[in-house]
Amino acid sequence: MTQRTSPGHRVRELTTAVSGGIGESPVRPDGTLKVRGEFAYSSDLWHEDMLWGATLRSPHPYARILAVDITEAVRMPGVYAVMTHEDVPGANIYGLEHADQPVLAVDVVRYQGEPVALVAADHPETAQRAAKRIRVEYEVLDPVTDMVAAAKGEGPALHPDGNVVRYLRIRKGEVEATADVMVVGEYEVGMQDQAFLGPESGLAVPAEDGGVDLYVATQWLHVDQRQVAHALGLPLEKVRLTLAGVGGAFGGREDLSMQVHACMLALRTGRPVKMVYNREESFFGHVHRHPAKIYYEHGATRDGDLVYVRAKIYLDGGAYASSTPAVVANAATLGAGPYKVDNVAIDCWGVYTNNPPCGAMRGFGAVQAAFGYESQMDRLAERLGMDPVEFRMRNAIAEGDTMPTGQRIDSPAPVAELLRRVRDLPLPPERRGRVDIRELPGGVSNTTHGEGVVRGVGYGVGIKNICFSEGFDDYSTARLRLQVIGGEPTAMIHTAAAEVGQGLVTVKQQIVRTELGVERVTVHPMDTSVGNGGSTSASRQTYVTGGAVRKACHTVRDRVLRMAAHRLGVPQEGLSLAGGKVVDARGAALADLAEVLGEEVVEATEEYRHRPTYRVDAERGQGDAHVQYGFAAHRAVVDVDVELGLVRVVQLDCAQDVGRAINPQAVLGQIHGGSAQGLGLAVMEEIQVVGGKVRNPSFTDYLIPTILDMPPMTVDVLELADPHAPYGLRGVGEPPTISSTPAIVAAIRAATGRALHRVPVRPEHITGT
Amino acid sequence: MDFLRPGSWAEALEAKAALPDAVPIAGGTDVMVEINFDHRRPPALLDLNRVAELAEWSERDGRVRLGAGVPYARIIAELGDRLPGLAMASRTVGSPQIRNRGTVGGNLGAASPAGDSHPVLLATDADVEVASTRGVRMVPAVEFYRGVKRNALEPDELVAAVHLDVARGPQQFAKVGTRNAMVIAVCAFGLALHPDRGRVGTGIGSAAPTPRRATEAEEFLAAELADTGLWESRGPLAESVRRRFGELVARAASPIDDVRATAAYRRHALSVLARRTLGWVWDQYREGGWSACA
Ligand SMILES: Cc1cc2nc3c(=O)[nH]c(=O)nc-3n(C[C@H](O)[C@H](O)[C@H](O)COP(=O)(O)OP(=O)(O)OC[C@H]3O[C@@H](n4cnc5c(N)ncnc54)[C@H](O)[C@@H]3O)c2cc1C
Repeated sequence: MTQRTSPGHRVRELTTAVSGGIGESPVRPDGTLKVRGEFAYSSDLWHEDMLWGATLRSPHPYARILAVDITEAVRMPGVYAVMTHEDVPGANIYGLEHADQPVLAVDVVRYQGEPVALVAADHPETAQRAAKRIRVEYEVLDPVTDMVAAAKGEGPALHPDGNVVRYLRIRKGEVEATADVMVVGEYEVGMQDQAFLGPESGLAVPAEDGGVDLYVATQWLHVDQRQVAHALGLPLEKVRLTLAGVGGAFGGREDLSMQVHACMLALRTGRPVKMVYNREESFFGHVHRHPAKIYYEHGATRDGDLVYVRAKIYLDGGAYASSTPAVVANAATLGAGPYKVDNVAIDCWGVYTNNPPCGAMRGFGAVQAAFGYESQMDRLAERLGMDPVEFRMRNAIAEGDTMPTGQRIDSPAPVAELLRRVRDLPLPPERRGRVDIRELPGGVSNTTHGEGVVRGVGYGVGIKNICFSEGFDDYSTARLRLQVIGGEPTAMIHTAAAEVGQGLVTVKQQIVRTELGVERVTVHPMDTSVGNGGSTSASRQTYVTGGAVRKACHTVRDRVLRMAAHRLGVPQEGLSLAGGKVVDARGAALADLAEVLGEEVVEATEEYRHRPTYRVDAERGQGDAHVQYGFAAHRAVVDVDVELGLVRVVQLDCAQDVGRAINPQAVLGQIHGGSAQGLGLAVMEEIQVVGGKVRNPSFTDYLIPTILDMPPMTVDVLELADPHAPYGLRGVGEPPTISSTPAIVAAIRAATGRALHRVPVRPEHITGT
Repeated sequence: MDFLRPGSWAEALEAKAALPDAVPIAGGTDVMVEINFDHRRPPALLDLNRVAELAEWSERDGRVRLGAGVPYARIIAELGDRLPGLAMASRTVGSPQIRNRGTVGGNLGAASPAGDSHPVLLATDADVEVASTRGVRMVPAVEFYRGVKRNALEPDELVAAVHLDVARGPQQFAKVGTRNAMVIAVCAFGLALHPDRGRVGTGIGSAAPTPRRATEAEEFLAAELADTGLWESRGPLAESVRRRFGELVARAASPIDDVRATAAYRRHALSVLARRTLGWVWDQYREGGWSACA
């Protein structure tokens, strides 16, 4: 089934007697509040008697700390605590995959912005000022800034095991394969930021049992809990986390920011402590997308069949490992793209440098590789004299084919179909006569009335692994309680899976409505009093937490039906729940669910795991590393002012297979948002780093697309069920980010004839000045 | 920090004289950013929003007196016909929220080389009306910008208004930024034809330590138009003239490499903007009912 939808248009389909079940787009429980500006984000938290925390950060990318003097800061009126690494109660080291990052720097700082000391005061400005009065004596060192040199082992080692965080090699078929036609290319991806609108923030409240309650905006409560407890030297049960209102995440909240710091200050002062980064600090307070240098060589037959792909991919992880190992895995295993190719040799390095730490961001690893391989596909098509879409379709991977890792694709992979669909969508009309300047590059800035404007069309397609890979025990937990409240059967769903704006709260309600036939479903606040929900990343929550919710529903339903069978004196076989009733096999209502439940509270907690994955082997990178693959294709139409190098994306259309659209409106939201983030990387978003220092830590100079930069989209949603996934669904959030960037750059190339080997494309790259 | 709220212009001037370190605040779109980032912590803020006459404009003898506190949104809505260049520049400022609050007085107070009103004020030979308890003086825009974020105001002075001629010839403003809205200028250019005086006015933004005129370009074009009788004949302008004009404008800039663009790009882009805007004003001049008195 396909749905061709444009923004605002929503598809309705009734699957159950109760409304608001799966396949519909019910109103989000937090929607009205957010639109009205009444939603409480983590930065709005408040507690009587609370203090404010502030962080002193290193101004240097690489330096030895010779001395820290806190005397003057401590003396300031209104200051309650000043803490350094000596005050970290537990282990002063943490990390998502490798514990390599100090809570507070000890004798060396490895990036500009690394936390060195903390202050708690009765006013946020007092805390900031006191932090500035802490004297730190540094011996500034020469920073390591070149990722390729770091991969080669040049320069000082920043960590005990050297500067290579992970090296991964993929080998399939003949390493020395040759072909009729080959193209070699070098590509570069700049450092993108998640640029979430809600800065890092939270509130730590000391508890009577010596523990702490932390309210925080995060992507993964349980991984925070584990790291915070470790750093505080407390048992897990004494560190309790509750999700506060999250203002966007995109990967940037997977690592810790102020979590341990606020808890340390709260435990030390015995007072609640709130911390909120301002926008500038936020740019130093979270990891970014790995910049990449990529070398590709592609070979094809004269007829247009891919023969080989060889690549060397370098990813700059910055000062600490964060998710670098997983980013390397994605870039390497997906480095040949969604194409059938028998001979693959990919080498991928993720390295330490003194640049800002990089970690998770929407589509990680896959985004960088896709810019490279899609650029190569266009160049190959041109060399072969083939249409770029035809060439891609001819080589598109499909269900039953094997990836460079040897993993067989065992669910729909409609890559050619997605390309065909975006290609066949109507093109926007040509500009004619006088045009409203808002429709031209530059908009109301009035840089052109049509002079120098050339239109270009480009395509991109991408592949992403969905869920956690490489043998990770990836699961989620759901607790479901069903009881009669006010005469109506009411379900309460409780998980620890973070709602970061994507709409999981709605999806959970929809699943419960569909499975239990109960209209009224409340969502319990997300916290660590229920089991791990896993990370809100890797496009996985609807899949994994959705799976757990469904499983909990089934357990509860079985118990209720057993009760009903017993009460009604009928066999349980054939009974089901629908529309608030117990119905028999013919659909006849036998009893009200409320009656059957009576005073009973039926509760179940279930864990859901997707099928296992495996690490790839060290020699040839072979193995079933991934759970599921997601695909999206884009067609971009751009107008470029070739004299000024200004770009306006005129239309950006997308086709994506989502397996099953649990919430069609949320699916469109993800595709629009992901495409916009890809547009940002294509033409404007970059944290500029020189000598390890960030030059543009503000929204004045870190530009993200506005509504006048993002064009209307036609989105074509395919629903080809994956038999291995709950409801057949396929993760949605990341694929559209991946293909949008190369499609836009291809369109700019078509308009300008420039090679454009780097994103974001800057005006200078187009004008050559 | 004290917060002073004078209810009249006289009170405002007295407050500024009494406390020269007090920072005036109009729309607050520059001031509040600096305060929020703790880049600046003045002893007092002098709120000008209660001074009603600052938010007024009037026209007399072909000249508009634009109160320092008239927000961009009103310039666009109310003065597009009289001050087309300034209205075009206003349209490029920030977002609707910023245009509702931000003012030309604030733009002059901040005196950023990237302020969008400056190129137009230069091109139109505007005067800045500056006042203190000591009196009022008129500072030509070209003398107002004194260095990066420095202007000609004495510590006790405030900007009362700017004075601009009602347009007697076509005007254009164009700005390059790497986003299609809400963007600080990478470089900007303002151009005004003054056929009544046989003069060409220019203003360059974001490509030198201060906004500045491209004097050589102005003179070249004015001479070219006069010598060839084009003011009267309104014939087409040779491509070579437009190119030369573009080159001279680019040459007048002294841009730097920074996070927004390279110096070379800025020069190149200025030459393109100058050439294009000249084409547009000349087309407007040829079509429009502007009179030439040369
Ligand atoms: C998101 C955003 C986008 C922006 N985009 C643009 C843009 O595109 N183009 C642009 O040019 N600017 C832009 N700005 C900057 C700002 O909006 C402008 O400079 C605006 O003109 C400032 O006007 P204001 O009334 O808000 O000034 P305020 O912030 O109130 O004051 C600015 C300065 O002028 C002084 N001042 C104000 N009034 C007077 C007076 N009467 N006499 C003496 N001194 C005075 C103040 O003390 C201060 O130093 C942007 C700002 C933001 C926050």
